[in-house]
Amino acid sequence: MKGNQKGAEPRLVIPGEVISDHANLNPGCGIIKSTDGHIATLLGTLNNNDGTLHVQPINATYMPRSGDLVIGYVEAVLSNLWFLDVAGPFNALLPMSLAPWKVEFGDARNHMDVGEAVLARAQEVDESHSVVCTMKGVGLRKISDGRIVSIPVQQIPNLRGENGATIQSIKEASDCRIIVAENGRVWIDGDAAGIRMAVKAIDMITRTGHRSGLESRLAACLAGGEA
Amino acid sequence: MGGYGDVKLLNDDGSRLDGRSIDESRPIEIKAGVIPAADGSAWVKHGLNEVVCAVYGPMEAHPRKIQLQDQAVIDVRYNMAPFSTSDRIRPGFNRRSREISKVTAEAFASTVMVERYPRSKIRIEIEILSAEAGTRCAGLTAASVALADAGIPMRGMIVGVASGKVEDTVVLDLDKAEDNYGQADLPMGIMPTTGEIAFMQMDGDLSMEELQQAMDYNFAAAAEMHDIMEAALRARYEGGDE
Repeated sequence: MKGNQKGAEPRLVIPGEVISDHANLNPGCGIIKSTDGHIATLLGTLNNNDGTLHVQPINATYMPRSGDLVIGYVEAVLSNLWFLDVAGPFNALLPMSLAPWKVEFGDARNHMDVGEAVLARAQEVDESHSVVCTMKGVGLRKISDGRIVSIPVQQIPNLRGENGATIQSIKEASDCRIIVAENGRVWIDGDAAGIRMAVKAIDMITRTGHRSGLESRLAACLAGGEA
Repeated sequence: MGGYGDVKLLNDDGSRLDGRSIDESRPIEIKAGVIPAADGSAWVKHGLNEVVCAVYGPMEAHPRKIQLQDQAVIDVRYNMAPFSTSDRIRPGFNRRSREISKVTAEAFASTVMVERYPRSKIRIEIEILSAEAGTRCAGLTAASVALADAGIPMRGMIVGVASGKVEDTVVLDLDKAEDNYGQADLPMGIMPTTGEIAFMQMDGDLSMEELQQAMDYNFAAAAEMHDIMEAALRARYEGGDE
């Protein structure tokens, strides 16, 4: 539990589990309220966030939200738009009007072809999860160097750490530029040894991020020891 | 459900041919997360039944004509491997596998929070590797664990259990001989946390009293099996490296 159980092993709940000891808290994500008490609907760890009880899922599919920074791969190109695989249930649209270049109708493929990666932002997400992305914005661009790795979206908070401390320590130890996108893709750019170190640390967090003692495991990993 | 009257299925002391008592289930083992490529997966060994289930999604529903604008579609594919029984099964869909796929999907539509994922599809692949009566129940159990492992929100986990009647006696968890030569079979999908029934079929004849007895056996067995499912999910995330 955040706050009152800091350092304690988080409580794992399974779908359908009745949580009877927090009846005074409001139900949040992954919780439904019933006459018996709160019921977990997801497999994950129980969190109390300022009076709201929610389940931090251990495994989840990325559901895009407006404003999310995403790394997408071009999956198809039409005359005036690109379809991006953003690791969600549906491909996102990137219209040529929201690309950073002046694109003539029918010329989209010459700017970006199938398989290329982009750093974009989800501009609009409607209730049926259709996504429109934009590349207009500071830092949004086509990614042509470095390496992209994927992590489960629920491990992103663990990768970032409190106030970004964890990702900052990986950046400093590996001397790499790292961008963590909300859709679970991580861009790493630096020299080969630095990228290897960063990938190893990220892989360790992917496997064990939900367990306590992450800080010491990360320090050992970055120091060259086994995670 | 042949109901052949001359086949002896109970010993003189009232126990069953494999030594179990009438309200005793076959041994069950469950593991979660057995297929790394899937979003969620599970392996169930129930008696001599062996089932692997993989869950993918939510993903875009294809073909588009199957999309529902306000909820996800649950697409179940139940399949018995050709080598799963003593007589080779012709690969591919048949009438029985279509029926089981359909009823399994309908069972999960009542517990999975499909309204969270409009226009999407949640794909459940159930593969029977070894069959010894009760594969649809083992498939339901495996699919529940795989769905939980995939992080799909559900109101509860469905447990597949069955009871039946042999030699005018209601027994829990029929094995192959009891299923083939018994008088009735009552497979059910139960959510033990709420006490709800998500799936129920009946083959053969049961009186009202026998039906009640069979349901009581099923509910008791479902509660025990739910604990094993829970332990499998906890072992995956608390004990192991992954």
